[in-house]
Amino acid sequence: MQFNVKDRPSMGDTPLHALDPRMKLVVAVLLIVGIVLTPERALPAYPLLWALVASLAVIGRVGVWRLARLGTVALPFALAGLTLLFTTPGQPLATVGGLTISDAGLLRFVSILIKSWLATQVSILLSLTTPFTDLLGALESLGIPQTLVLITSFLYRYVFTLNDEADRLRQARASRSAAPTYGRGGGRWWWRAQVAGGMIGNLFLRSTERSERVYAAMLARGFSGQMRAIAPPPLTWRAALPGLLPLLGLIVIEVLARLWWNG
Amino acid sequence: MSEMLIQVQGLYYHYPDGTAALEDVSFTIHRGEKVGLIGPNGAGKSTLLLHLNGILRSSSGQITIDGLPLTERSLRQIRAQVGLVFQNPDDQLFSTYVHQDVAFGPLHMGLPDAEVERRVEQALEAVGMRGAAGRISFHLSGGEKKRIAIATVLSMQPKILILDEPSSGLDPRGRRSLIQLLASFTDQTLLISTHDMRLAYDLCSRVIVLDEGKIAADGPAADLLTDAILMERHGLESVGHV
Amino acid sequence: MFIPVLAMHIPDGFLSIPVSALGWLLLIGIVAIALRQTRQQLGDRQIPLMGILAAFVFAAQMINFPVAGGTSGHLLGGTLVAILLGPWAAVLVMTSVIAVQGMLFQDGGLLAIGFNATNMGVIAAFVGYAAYALVGRVMRGRPGRHLIGAAVGAWLGVEVAALATALELAFSNTASLDIALPAMAGVHALIGIGEALITVAALAFIQQTRPDLIRGSEASASRGSGWIAVGLLIALAITLVSPLADPNPDGLERVAEDQGFIETAQQPPYEILPDYTVPFIESEAASTILAGVIGVIFVVGVSYATARLSKKRRGASGSQPI
Ligand SMILES: Nc1ncnc2c1ncn2[C@@H]1O[C@H](COP(=O)(O)OP(=O)(O)O)[C@@H](O)[C@H]1O
Ligand SMILES: [Mg+2]
Repeated sequence: MQFNVKDRPSMGDTPLHALDPRMKLVVAVLLIVGIVLTPERALPAYPLLWALVASLAVIGRVGVWRLARLGTVALPFALAGLTLLFTTPGQPLATVGGLTISDAGLLRFVSILIKSWLATQVSILLSLTTPFTDLLGALESLGIPQTLVLITSFLYRYVFTLNDEADRLRQARASRSAAPTYGRGGGRWWWRAQVAGGMIGNLFLRSTERSERVYAAMLARGFSGQMRAIAPPPLTWRAALPGLLPLLGLIVIEVLARLWWNG
Repeated sequence: MSEMLIQVQGLYYHYPDGTAALEDVSFTIHRGEKVGLIGPNGAGKSTLLLHLNGILRSSSGQITIDGLPLTERSLRQIRAQVGLVFQNPDDQLFSTYVHQDVAFGPLHMGLPDAEVERRVEQALEAVGMRGAAGRISFHLSGGEKKRIAIATVLSMQPKILILDEPSSGLDPRGRRSLIQLLASFTDQTLLISTHDMRLAYDLCSRVIVLDEGKIAADGPAADLLTDAILMERHGLESVGHV
Repeated sequence: MFIPVLAMHIPDGFLSIPVSALGWLLLIGIVAIALRQTRQQLGDRQIPLMGILAAFVFAAQMINFPVAGGTSGHLLGGTLVAILLGPWAAVLVMTSVIAVQGMLFQDGGLLAIGFNATNMGVIAAFVGYAAYALVGRVMRGRPGRHLIGAAVGAWLGVEVAALATALELAFSNTASLDIALPAMAGVHALIGIGEALITVAALAFIQQTRPDLIRGSEASASRGSGWIAVGLLIALAITLVSPLADPNPDGLERVAEDQGFIETAQQPPYEILPDYTVPFIESEAASTILAGVIGVIFVVGVSYATARLSKKRRGASGSQPI
């Protein structure tokens, strides 16, 4: 199995890429909050919210349809909400396999799907147009404790290295098990679980040993507990201003949704 | 200032599990010397190097760097003077971007941002990696990682540059270009641990042979490295006459 | 990029804003304590160790093993890390992992990070560790106690985290509790077995290669009476809260009854305790509480009994502590 962030085009020269990551993160979070707070009956608000997200995608040259497709990753989770169709009190609409779907249930379920799809697109747009390290920097300036941010940047730095090590362990497993790694390998499933566990134990030991060497390498260059970095430039109004546009759009949609479409 | 840059006197070290890694190690390195520290796997080379900037601390023995005894109080000062390049660049390059890694040392020496930037540029220039500052460390090739690892230490402008098995894991081309790079540091005092005899022969004027934690020989590289009996006895290969 | 997702990474849109905010508040508070605690334990090592172990958990979660029918199992890791490094370290490691999964891979939402990390980090670590420490205490001096404890802990950690997930969805009114709860509990009772097997196998490997690491973690677990209490409290609190969560407690039953399809409606996809209620008890709220409590008691009981049994057996053949 491979995972790849390398080919994600988080570098680019669109206004969306250029927007200060602190502002971008705040805008993304507010957009998601707005989407989730949209009254579920305000049906005209949904296409407008999508238009808002899609126009951001156009600005960031992400590809509206690609983003729409990527946004569906979270939808399988909706299985958890499927029962709302039947359990929400309302006018009966149809009966499926002995269960009755109510109109309120349908509205609720569909609105959750749409909101989740829209919110996920916002989150994808953020990650596609912002290098992850910039995102971490933004988190730190927004008050997330530095230590947690640093832990996460170490995660980001070493996840590839450790995944390569895990790949080598997987290859060793595959070469000895004389069976495809991802097909039905040899042995019972609990035996396979134990093989995986052994590999994980092995990986843990390599990881702790690596952490000791990395710590030594940090000490060797003068680390004494306090992480220093070159201070990021202060956030200027000029750099943050473009971020207000999508927020304005969101406010207009939400006001309309509450005043006229919430009946 | 003293001409003796490193003085090690009667150094012993036992790992917590009881392994005796160093026994009565003593030597002196002078300014401008290029010294090879050679010995088989497990000889204690890495252990010794880790002592030279106080990562490992031994209770018996004295280490003096440029006249300054290594103690708890002088630790930070000494770490700025002794630049240690670890064997595996993935341990050394722990930041996401090359720039962050090369800036780490100078920043932790407390230098102002402008000076840090200047040093990063200089160090990248010195290892032939100008313009690599914005690259992601993980994406570099093995040879490039090695160069950046050296740059992370050069940016601290250490008095002595110490490299632990610098040619391990490099292909022949990467190894050749590394030797060329190190040969270009003409004024820099160097201590290189290796069991790559060719590299020691090409770069060093003097070698120290370490085996089972003890110094077995110390002398001119041209003499020791061509001494087939000595090399054989310590699990090494002699360099044939060129 | 594909991570076989368990039904535990909640995406955005499924938690209401107040519930998301509560998750963030909880997480921020606990992470603040965890930062202080691990700083005390680890000093300057804190950042590289936690960071690289977070990368380890991320990579370990991708080591999967085929189970059946094209599905595959993999580790979640909260309990494993808690056992090896202590629950506070596990909180930081898991929070970091889940934040990256949400921010970079949309595996779980951004607003949902609060509760996702609380479920899979805090709850899995605290509850799993508590069970591990409890079994260790009960089986004091017996061989195999920490592997048994790890198995119980890993299973319970996943199970309680799944219950918490169901609760949060129900409080957000995006799932009805009387189905989500038994469904999550049932699915994760199975997933928890995989978690237990992997956790035990990983610990066994580590014990063979670096017994010193296991000894250290055992020693600190045996001092952790506080953790046992905390873990059990969390497990109990989650089961006690469950009946309050359903905005229309007679939802499905009522609709189904009205339509006359009560029999079909009462068959959730998976069940441990039928419908998560105990028969003969009138009030649904009370019976849900009781069902949860019985579940917890059951698990504690089983681990206690296993411990007793092996104690007796070893006692006869002369025991030798590891
Ligand atoms: N962390 C450690 N704990 C215990 N023993 C160690 C550790 N690191 C190295 N050793 C042992 O110390 C000796 C010297 O190791 P090292 O300095 O790494 O040798 P070299 O670098 O010459 O290959 C070896 O016997 C090795 O097994
Ligand atoms: Mg070595």
